Amino acid sequence: MTEKPLNNRAWFFVLPVLGFVLFSSIIPVMTVVNYSVQDTMGANSFFWNGDQWFRDLLNPATTIGARFNDALFRTLAFSLACLAIEIPLGIALALCAPRKGWAVGISLVVIALPMLIPWNVVGTIWQIFTRADIGLFGATLVGTGLRYNVTQEPISAWMTIVVIDVWHWTPLVILLSYAGLRAIPDAYYQAARIDGASRWAVFSKIELPKLQKVLVIAVLLRFMQTFMIYTEPFVVTGGGPGSATTFLSIDLDKIALGQVDLGNAAAMSLVYYLITLTVCWIFFTVMTQLERRRDV
Amino acid sequence: MTSITLDRIAHAYGGKPRSESDYQLKPFQHVWEQGLAYALLGPSGCGKTTLLNIISGLVIPSEGRLLFGDKDVTRLPTEQRNIAQVFQFPVIYDTMTVAENLAFPLKNRRLPKPVIEARVAEIAAMLDLTADLGRRARGLTADAKQKISLGRGLVRSDVSAVLFDEPLTVIDPALKWELRSKLKAVHRALDLLMIYVTHDQIEALTFADKVVVMNDGRAVQIGTPAELFYRPEHTFVGYFIGSPGMNFMPAAVKGDRARVAGFEFGLGQVYDNVPAGQPVQVGVRPEFVSVTSGPGLPAQVRRVADLGRKRLAYVSLGDHPLVVTIPREVEGLGEVVAISIDPANTHVYVADARVQGRAP
Repeated sequence: MTEKPLNNRAWFFVLPVLGFVLFSSIIPVMTVVNYSVQDTMGANSFFWNGDQWFRDLLNPATTIGARFNDALFRTLAFSLACLAIEIPLGIALALCAPRKGWAVGISLVVIALPMLIPWNVVGTIWQIFTRADIGLFGATLVGTGLRYNVTQEPISAWMTIVVIDVWHWTPLVILLSYAGLRAIPDAYYQAARIDGASRWAVFSKIELPKLQKVLVIAVLLRFMQTFMIYTEPFVVTGGGPGSATTFLSIDLDKIALGQVDLGNAAAMSLVYYLITLTVCWIFFTVMTQLERRRDV
Repeated sequence: MTSITLDRIAHAYGGKPRSESDYQLKPFQHVWEQGLAYALLGPSGCGKTTLLNIISGLVIPSEGRLLFGDKDVTRLPTEQRNIAQVFQFPVIYDTMTVAENLAFPLKNRRLPKPVIEARVAEIAAMLDLTADLGRRARGLTADAKQKISLGRGLVRSDVSAVLFDEPLTVIDPALKWELRSKLKAVHRALDLLMIYVTHDQIEALTFADKVVVMNDGRAVQIGTPAELFYRPEHTFVGYFIGSPGMNFMPAAVKGDRARVAGFEFGLGQVYDNVPAGQPVQVGVRPEFVSVTSGPGLPAQVRRVADLGRKRLAYVSLGDHPLVVTIPREVEGLGEVVAISIDPANTHVYVADARVQGRAP
């Protein structure tokens, strides 16, 4: 047997990507870091502001702090609502999906269809669909006597954004769960029949444990995407009515581009980023560590 | 505690069979007796797993009836059949401990807790799992996982049969012997009907009271290991059992004499019932052909294989190849030696089936 030569020159292959990432991500983020510690009087003159933007942001007594707190709470509530619906619904639909025959291809394509539509188009579709005067969905609800109006009723607006996200992204959970279910060997189901297991036992003792890894990924993806939701509320509700659907990203957009308040916006976007990262890291670590510890 | 009857059971996957070759399992009539250990032996794809799955209800046969005792269970779902089955690859419930895994089949059948605990302890002791009972099953080795699967198969005391589908495939060779003798001991202790599917003849012959040899969807012989060795009823059994298998030589048989490649030798019985116009073969195991210093048939040594505990020579009798057991002394390739064929263990086959002669 010949020994493999050790050659670190392979790293050179990675250099172009590093260069690309530098220009697409690292340098822009550094400008944000730069803005977050400086203030400006306009005319492109900046001066050092220390951690003052961050102190303001994290102090709920300030205007920006209160605004950030509200938006953060709304965003977390939105993420949790979407996860609470999409994950169980996705698993349930994956369990119902056909496993063999001609129906497999058709149902998978139909399930995947919403995911193929770009965000802004999804927003536009739903904006028209939910209009109280001419939208099929909106007009139908109003016709049944419900007080449904996306631009005037906070509950209508919230419900609509959640429904859009569920419609748009539950398919991802379905497809992930479906793949996870298909990976379970037949012998497990056969053994469960021999052992006299009920349908619920098959789900809780075989299917759910085998899906766990896939579901960790699904929860992470869905958390990140819902926590950063922007386009749908921007197109459908514009963050309203009032500030009912002003999630962190929408608020950030208003501060940065609407008010050109660069210091506040930079501090906010960095904190926003760190929250997303921390929540994902904690969730992932806890899930994987728990499993490892239980095995011993 | 019942016997299991296969009443002309046959199966063709995917519906209506048009000809005999469409059957994965050809019509099969057999009674599996309570308390015996059976092995289903045959090459891959011969229908042995299909037969096992029909008994456990994972496959519903396309023809015939399956009886447990005198109750027709042909279409009864698996979970109502009172049967245990162990699969080729370990199946364990990831989130449960070893003890919970073993208790699972009993818990699903709502047995009282003290009964479950006693039974789990007993089976765990039999399989050396007692030390691991509190551990999560998922972290264990493949060996231990398969022992859990075996344990789940054995834990129910009221089953009509325990079915094993090549259960030792994933087990380390050293542990294989140990587990096989354990299964044998468990069989004696529990007095259950056990059916063991394997393609390994050693496994089949050491485990079973009776071996069912299958080939191409058909049971070609059912018998004790000794019967399969000394009196194969079908050329496939002769070829498949034994290592190497039986020698078969196209022959002309008349009375108690056989003529092969121009040489004539004696048979143990008189055959005056050999039909004309069908291929006739004489079969004899390498163990019953020996090199003799006395008069014998002239055979040329082509190749010698030393298997350690025995030595074999590949010789040719005329132009017909033959495997012979040889003593240590025989040397040279190309050498012509005299061989003698034991008439008592030489059989005559017509169209692959053994023909019974009459005593001389």
